[in-house]
Amino acid sequence: MRIICPVKRVPDTAADKKIDPSDNTVDRDASDPVLNANDEWSIEEAMRIKERDGAEVIVLCVGPDSAKTTIRKALSYGLDGAIQVTDDAVAGSDAKAIARILAAALADEAYDLVIMGNQSSDARTMLVPAMLAEYLGVPALTYAKRLELSDGHATVDRETPGGHQTVTAPLPAVVSVVEAINEPRYPSFKGIMAAKKKPLETKDLAGIGVEAGEVGLANSSTQVLEITPRPPKQAGDKVADDGSGTVGAKALADFLAAQKLI
Amino acid sequence: MASFLVLVDHDEGSPKKVSNQIVTAARKKCGGDVAVVLMGKGAGAGAERLGAYGAARAYVWEGSEVDEYATEPAVAGLVAAIEASSATTVLYPADPFLTDVVARTAVRTGGGVVTDVVDLDLDGDEVVGTKPIFGGAMISRCKVRAGRPAFYGVAANAFPAEESGGSAPEIVTLEVSLDETATRARVVDVVEQSSGDRPEMTEAGIIVAGGRGLGDAEGFRLVEELADVLGGAVGASRAATDAGWYPHQHQIGQTGKTVAPQLYLGVGISGAIQHRAGMQTAQTIVVINKDGEAPIFSIADFGVVGDLHKVIPPLIEELKARQQ
Repeated sequence: MRIICPVKRVPDTAADKKIDPSDNTVDRDASDPVLNANDEWSIEEAMRIKERDGAEVIVLCVGPDSAKTTIRKALSYGLDGAIQVTDDAVAGSDAKAIARILAAALADEAYDLVIMGNQSSDARTMLVPAMLAEYLGVPALTYAKRLELSDGHATVDRETPGGHQTVTAPLPAVVSVVEAINEPRYPSFKGIMAAKKKPLETKDLAGIGVEAGEVGLANSSTQVLEITPRPPKQAGDKVADDGSGTVGAKALADFLAAQKLI
Repeated sequence: MASFLVLVDHDEGSPKKVSNQIVTAARKKCGGDVAVVLMGKGAGAGAERLGAYGAARAYVWEGSEVDEYATEPAVAGLVAAIEASSATTVLYPADPFLTDVVARTAVRTGGGVVTDVVDLDLDGDEVVGTKPIFGGAMISRCKVRAGRPAFYGVAANAFPAEESGGSAPEIVTLEVSLDETATRARVVDVVEQSSGDRPEMTEAGIIVAGGRGLGDAEGFRLVEELADVLGGAVGASRAATDAGWYPHQHQIGQTGKTVAPQLYLGVGISGAIQHRAGMQTAQTIVVINKDGEAPIFSIADFGVVGDLHKVIPPLIEELKARQQ
């Protein structure tokens, strides 16, 4: 079995974001970028399959040269190798353009399963797994909180507001996962050292058969017109309860009534 | 002039609240002629109900495949509805399953998608969406570039649902043909835990959310009781779902759901940045926390510094008394 783990390099949620006003893109070097947290769950799930059934697991990442740190981090969990698509023309691509690039990078790759986080912590569109599946022409099993492989099929429990829906599809397939699927491990020291020696293949757009004019800021299907900081919220009144509970309760109920919320 | 098609989310013929909101918004923005598309069991009955919110025409496909297979039959149906309606812009509820349907449809039709908008501006043919980004730290205005189908995901509670006094829409039955690839992902089971009359968190107007300060799973009984008195849904912080105190699908924050209710009432939640990224665009934020220095107070419209186990029981009684 061969498994592809697409990963994304994202700004740390806790870091202040900087926007480049000339083109409304995120300055991705303004803070230390990290591996998208949701991708740790897909990496963990791939590792469990590898350890249980045997599999080759390959990281796939679209990003500039500096994304190599993110790729090495992903490899440190015990994955086998990586493909990086890097090209100046990728900058500013929207979710659909990225899905197109990921799919093109897999055109000549053998794979049974593509497994990825359900969303990135920065853009949070949730679009890429289904778009990638559509470009690849394979089924997508999304928002999985359980994954089982048997008889050439993947079966997942897809998280719903009140429970789940169990869906099964033949491989190859794209699976996206939510946090409830597993508890990711920490990379071992051995894993971190080994990651430095794992094969990393770098390709540009021409190398995967994508024209520069199909992707990037100017050719994406969507366009950001403006980004403005949201005015910071002013903290409102704070009432200290006296330990009885009733003082706080009454003050809170009074506030809700004054706001016509009850 | 942009023509809107609204992809409707419904439960066997009962349109979800967010669908009524989007039809209302579409009617007000484009001045009347709103088309809707409903698929699956009960689609026809659901379409009738949307006339009251201003749907003039409804494209309906009751194919059983929509409920028997994930995503792809609905993609074929949506493509057929776009063709039949000649719509230039599709509005859909920003729900994960419908996001999948739209994602595949956008690739298939050469369109573009803007997710999670809270406002829409119409300028001639051009639609521009406004959306919070980076957990509400910034606001972005963005659009789908001209000359291709445009898809805008609309956040729950971004618009009010208002009846138009309209009658039942004209019903157009869609002819949808599926190839064998549409039925690859088969739904084999559906498991739903009943939460009584409690609304779904992602479209609730009021959310009571609990965190580490509750102490244990038992603490969520208090949260549920408070939510029920307020007619709200129950949310949880990552600390609470990681501890197994409440199901993961109720998690609010960076690794869970983003919510923007009229009222967010957080109890025992300190308000780490990862949690705030999922709720800070709520209209009114009220919190109870025993640590008066907790970061959640910095974005709260009103806060009680106190022991939630002491404050919530009399609060429930106080609210009940005022409801009488």
